[in-house]
Amino acid sequence: MKMPPFDYACPATLSEAVALLAAHDGGAKVLAGGQSLVPILAFRLAAPKLLVDLRKLTDLRTIKLTPDSVALGAMVRWCDIESDARLHSAHPLLVAAVAHVAHYQIRNRGTVGGSIAHADPAAEMPGIAMTCEAEIVVMGKAGAHTIKAADFFQGALTTALRADEIIIEIRLPLWPAGRRWGFQEFARRRGDFALAAAALFYDMDAAGKATNAHVGVIGVADRPLRLPSVEAVLNGAIIDAATIAKAEAATTAAVDPDSDIHASGAYRKALVGTMVERALKMAAEQTP
Amino acid sequence: MKTRFDVNGREVEVAVEPRLTLADCLRHHLRLTGTHVGCEHGVCGACTVLVDGEAVRSCLMLAVQAEGSKVVTVEGLSNDQGLTPLQASFRKHGALQCGFCTPGMITTAHALLSEEPDCDADRVREVLSGNLCRCTGYVSIVEAVLEARAAYKGSAR
Repeated sequence: MKMPPFDYACPATLSEAVALLAAHDGGAKVLAGGQSLVPILAFRLAAPKLLVDLRKLTDLRTIKLTPDSVALGAMVRWCDIESDARLHSAHPLLVAAVAHVAHYQIRNRGTVGGSIAHADPAAEMPGIAMTCEAEIVVMGKAGAHTIKAADFFQGALTTALRADEIIIEIRLPLWPAGRRWGFQEFARRRGDFALAAAALFYDMDAAGKATNAHVGVIGVADRPLRLPSVEAVLNGAIIDAATIAKAEAATTAAVDPDSDIHASGAYRKALVGTMVERALKMAAEQTP
Repeated sequence: MKTRFDVNGREVEVAVEPRLTLADCLRHHLRLTGTHVGCEHGVCGACTVLVDGEAVRSCLMLAVQAEGSKVVTVEGLSNDQGLTPLQASFRKHGALQCGFCTPGMITTAHALLSEEPDCDADRVREVLSGNLCRCTGYVSIVEAVLEARAAYKGSAR
C-alpha cells in the first residue's frame, strides 16, 4: 500500500498547471483533494509520472451565485458546501446530496472537481451534475470550454476530460424558488458509496401538475443516468400515489444493473425504484 | 523534496519523496508514532490528524502537501500534567480495548467537539462512522465522546 514513485509540482497559476499537464502528454495527473486519487495510487491502479497539485489555485475555491447559476469552483470541498448558508435556498438538492458524500475527515479535503473528474458511477456529485444538466468548465492548452454533463460522463471512471485539461468550475443552472425536489440514497453505512440513489426535481404549473421533471439515479450503471421515461410519467401529471407508483415501475424498467460483491443486479433494480418512490414522496410533501 | 510545516507547535523541515504520505512522514521521519496506520487507503480513520484545525486522513495526504500547514497529532492533544478531559472520559468509559483505533478516535472526536460542543449522539455516531474499531466497542466510545462535551463548552480543551 505504498504509492509508486512520482514527481510533484505545485504551480501557482492555472496556466502553469495546464502547461505541466500538456508537457507530460498523459503522464501527469491533477491532484485536488486526493481523496480518490491517493487510494488509486496506493492500490497502484495508476502510476503517473507527475502529480500537479492545485492547492495554490485559490480562485478555484469560491462558490459564486450568479443570476443564472450556482457556480462551484473545482476546489470547493464538501465541507465548504455544507457550511455555505446561501446554498440551502440557492440549491437545496445539491446540499441534500452532498450530505451523503463520504465520511467526516474526507469531507474536509474531497472536492467537487475531483469527484466529477473521478466519475465513480455511485458518487453523488456526478449524479447531481447529470440530473441538473450541469455545465463543466474545463481549461486546457487551447483555452477554456464547457462540456455538458451528459457528454462528460462516458463510463466508469471515464470522462471527456483530455490529458491537458483541468476542471475549473461546475455550473448548476439557477434553481427557482418553489421547485419541488427529492434526494434519497441507500448505503450500508452513512458516508459509504450509494448502493443506489435518486435525485429529482420538478416545477409546478398553475393547475398543480408537474413540469420540467428531471430524474437522475446513481449506482445502477457504469455512469450516472437521467431517466427520460420516468420524467415522461411525471410531466403533466399530478404527483399523487398513482403517479408515484407508475414512476417507480418506470424506473425499474429503465435500469439493468450488474451484480457485484455489494449487491445483486435484481436488488439494485428494486432498490433504485424505491429510492425514486421515496424521493417523489419527499418532493410531493414539500410546502414551498 | 524539502518540506516545512508545524507539528504540535514545533516547526519541522523534512526531506521526503513526493509519494510519502503525511502519516508515514509523521511516523518514520518525525517519530510521532501515536498516529496509527491501518488500511492505508482512507477507510479506517486510524491515521486521522488535524491539519489547520480540520480532521483529515493522513494516509490520503502527501507530506509535501502539508507545506506551510499546522499539523496536530494525537501527541499534541495530550499534556504532561495528566489526562485531558477527553482522555479521562475514554478511560472512564472503557472506550478502548486494543487501542489501535484510539488515536484516530481521539483526534476525530477533538475536532468534532471543538467545532460542535453541543452535538448529539446521532452526530457523534455519524462522524465516528469513518473510524473503524475492530474490537467493536463503539457504544463506549460514543458515551465517552458525549461525556467529554462539557469540557469543550465555552473554551476549547
